[in-house]
Amino acid sequence: MTTPQTVPAPRDSDQDPSRRQPPVLRIDSLERHFAASGGGTVRAVDGVSLTIGRGEVVGLVGESGSGKSTVGRCVVRLDEPTGGTVHINGTDVTHLSRRALRPLRKDFHLVFQDPSSSLDPRMTIGQIIAEPIKLHRRARGADVRARVEQLLGQVGLRPEHADRHPHELSGGQRQRISIARALSCDPDLVVADEPTSALDVSVQASVLNLLADLQRDRGFGCLFITHDLAAVEYLADRIAVMYLGQIVEQAPTAELFAAPKHPYTQALLSAAPVPDPVEQRSRERIVLHGELPSPLDPPPGCRFHTRCPLATERCRTEVPELRELPGARQVSCHLVGDDGAAPDAAA
Amino acid sequence: MTTATQTLPTAPGTTAKKPAGGGRLRALRRNRLALTGGIIAAVFVLAALFAPLIAPYDPAQPDFGNVLAEPSWAHWLGTDDLGRDQLSRIVYGARASMQVGLVAVVLAFVIGVPLGLLAGYYGRLTDSAVSRLTDTMLAFPFLVLAVGLAAILGPSLTNATIAIGISQIPAVIRITRAETLRLKHVDYVGAAIVNGGGDGTVLFRHILPNATSALIVQATVGIPAAIIGEALLSFLGLGVQPPAPSLGVMLSGAQSFLAPAPWLAVFPGLAIVAATLAFNLLGDGLRDVLDPRGGTR
Amino acid sequence: MTEAVHETAPGAVREPVLSVRDLSVSFRSDTRTVHAVDGVSYDLFPGEVLAVVGESGCGKSVTSMAVMGLLPPTARIGGSIRLGGRELAGASEKELQKVRGKDIAMIFQEPMTSLNPVLTIGRQIGEVLRRHQGLSRKEARARAVELLDLVGIPAPQRRVEEYPHQLSGGMRQRVMIAIAVACDPSVLIADEPTTALDVTVQAGILEVLQSLRERLGTAIVLVTHDLGVVADAADRVLVMYAGRTVEQAPVHDLFGSARHPYTRGLLGAVLRPGGEGKRRLPEIPGLVPSLDSQPDACTFAPRCGRADETCTGGRPGFRSIDPKAGADARHRAACWHPYGADERSGTEGPATTGATDAVTTAARPDQEAGK
Repeated sequence: MTTPQTVPAPRDSDQDPSRRQPPVLRIDSLERHFAASGGGTVRAVDGVSLTIGRGEVVGLVGESGSGKSTVGRCVVRLDEPTGGTVHINGTDVTHLSRRALRPLRKDFHLVFQDPSSSLDPRMTIGQIIAEPIKLHRRARGADVRARVEQLLGQVGLRPEHADRHPHELSGGQRQRISIARALSCDPDLVVADEPTSALDVSVQASVLNLLADLQRDRGFGCLFITHDLAAVEYLADRIAVMYLGQIVEQAPTAELFAAPKHPYTQALLSAAPVPDPVEQRSRERIVLHGELPSPLDPPPGCRFHTRCPLATERCRTEVPELRELPGARQVSCHLVGDDGAAPDAAA
Repeated sequence: MTTATQTLPTAPGTTAKKPAGGGRLRALRRNRLALTGGIIAAVFVLAALFAPLIAPYDPAQPDFGNVLAEPSWAHWLGTDDLGRDQLSRIVYGARASMQVGLVAVVLAFVIGVPLGLLAGYYGRLTDSAVSRLTDTMLAFPFLVLAVGLAAILGPSLTNATIAIGISQIPAVIRITRAETLRLKHVDYVGAAIVNGGGDGTVLFRHILPNATSALIVQATVGIPAAIIGEALLSFLGLGVQPPAPSLGVMLSGAQSFLAPAPWLAVFPGLAIVAATLAFNLLGDGLRDVLDPRGGTR
Repeated sequence: MTEAVHETAPGAVREPVLSVRDLSVSFRSDTRTVHAVDGVSYDLFPGEVLAVVGESGCGKSVTSMAVMGLLPPTARIGGSIRLGGRELAGASEKELQKVRGKDIAMIFQEPMTSLNPVLTIGRQIGEVLRRHQGLSRKEARARAVELLDLVGIPAPQRRVEEYPHQLSGGMRQRVMIAIAVACDPSVLIADEPTTALDVTVQAGILEVLQSLRERLGTAIVLVTHDLGVVADAADRVLVMYAGRTVEQAPVHDLFGSARHPYTRGLLGAVLRPGGEGKRRLPEIPGLVPSLDSQPDACTFAPRCGRADETCTGGRPGFRSIDPKAGADARHRAACWHPYGADERSGTEGPATTGATDAVTTAARPDQEAGK
């Protein structure tokens, strides 16, 4: 996929502040292709463009195999993009060497999905949180400990926790540590990769609240990657929906939930069960048929056409472009009109 | 809030009202075995260090008036065909064994661990080169390799040590590389990179410490293997040269006297078994102790 | 905790197919004893979907494993498990083998690990049929095709020849269901059947379970942490916390007027997609207690805004919630101070309690977990 895709401009791009300050994250036609073991190319991420303004929270939603986590890993350069560019604070970090990138790493961080594997079991909580502070020389000597205790307080833990080891804490507490570490150098961008998926319902709520509070207080930009539409709604200003390595729809959160345009978004929203038996049992559910196609050999035309209940001949042959719609929205579907008139996949 | 002070599920034992009898016994026994192993290993190390003080006789001094003597108060473990005191020879032999065991393993680790880390972490060319080397060396069984190298280097204790050390390198590389490959993809190593850590931080603060469990296990296999290797090389005349004592040399010499003086073979043999077993038990215990998640499961 | 739970549907007297009484499971390790399940009782009626809900470590999966007789020998099991009049607790492995797969079957969260990768789908379904029903190879194959069709696998004739790795996660779970219902069991235990699957696939699996209940009359125990799944599929709900049952009610009553503070907390914390936007989510403060002891107290008390000395001084019975409406034993809770039917939950302050004395409780001490 090399379809040139227009860079979505932030809504207020014409105003002065954002002119002077580049967006915290600008992804342009990002590609991550792997050589498959049996030959061929796995197109895990295939032309994704996304911009996150200062202090903006953007949700990246998709099911397994959509490539959403790979996007996140490419942004923090835990994975190497094979095409396109990633700009953080206006700096092109796509091809910076690891050494050259290191000083810039204070500006962005990642919260992993599973807090039981993202904290080094041999280190104390204090050492874990202090590591980025020391590496970026944000504090020295006794100041490090003070900074660690301050961060622990900000994520709702006590100073004593600094001397414990990760296995002595609960899953929710560990995820708080992971968040404290991500914020220890006051980054401008936090990539949160399914930060609540490994947690219990009641713990999920407290971690989401914490992220929302910290985001409001500190104003970092956030790429919130998740499969859970409900979770992203609490945090995100804007949501991008991915399917098979590409963004199929992007819209402000409220608008996306109120009127999803892309048939896939509609199916995704209708499939997520509502925890209310009366409402849930009266809902019209769009059941998608067929299997998720292999990213080794994505379908021609619209990638969703094999499962789309509304697919037409045009969908099977012609690749839909990610088009701008009124209301700062984008969608890649032939069936959506330029005025935003959308088909109803449930009908 | 009092809730946080409630014991987390991982805090072992503090609130169990009725400790399971059999379970506790098992835990205790496991610790006891490790303790026993540790004590025996320590005895060997001390004997090696203070051999001149412990040994009642000069191990090389023959006493032709008292050859092949049975164990007695004068000679606890008897004397050999030249009338030399067995106990003294075992003490000095243990010294040779310890020297070879520790030095060879340290040598293997000093060379093997960095190579394994590099191969596992950087991959590509480094990995291919190191892996080819390892595979080639592993094509020969450990003892065959050690014997071959010792034969090339010439018979002496130092050369035997070097030969055994070198022949242990591939195993060390392999285990280090495997651990590095595994840990490279663990999230906390990714987190260290995102933290802004360089290769040094990632390798030595995160990967190496978390590989220690596996490396300690490797060391506790390596030391007894080296002890046996030394005995074998000395037995074959490629290690310690007579009249200097070594457990292998003693076993070699005892061959001709198995019928009239079986103790000449039994005691050095027991010493080898005890040393080997002790280090293995100690290793098992250490593995449990060193696991930060605690050994109760 | 020994009182029997009488579940009487209005009109007809029904016999439960599965009846669990005062089930307790504990595990002994080197240093401690964990009481994973502590006095759980429930009845399952023919054609019913009973959801067992709770967070990790609440004992919901252990309960199911105990019913299936799949716990390791280190587990100590107490109480009674009756399946169609037959006692399963303490039954020999040989007796259990006769029952498992025939009268009671189970599907698991991760379908890949439960399928043998080197055998075709058809072989694996056929194996069960040949063992329990003595079908010939040919008959078994024909029946396997039927079963695959039943669970909504397209082109079943072709699929029976395929191997597990050729199928997607959702299809594998359907195959697991097909194997489970091959001998037409009266009870199917589904342990987190959709947790490893994407939402668009989950919907399909839930539909298959519904159709099984309708077409075969299979009673289903649906073990899940997902209240959305419960709302979608369950007739009745059993809520577990720290190894004990805290509330049981028909699904509409549970979502409409939960009585136990824990259930209310759980319902409040769950995320609802659509329309609400950014808001602060209610949290349950504190941590799940250790399962090392079996205190004679309400185990939720340390995290509960309504708790007082009664709660820390005695274990609440699992009883009908409204003594006045004694006939309605369908809604039960283990709570000294349950919410009233119409009472609103929240942090507004002291609440008057329904069944027992009015108790003034402090507002929630602290919102922050881990403090």
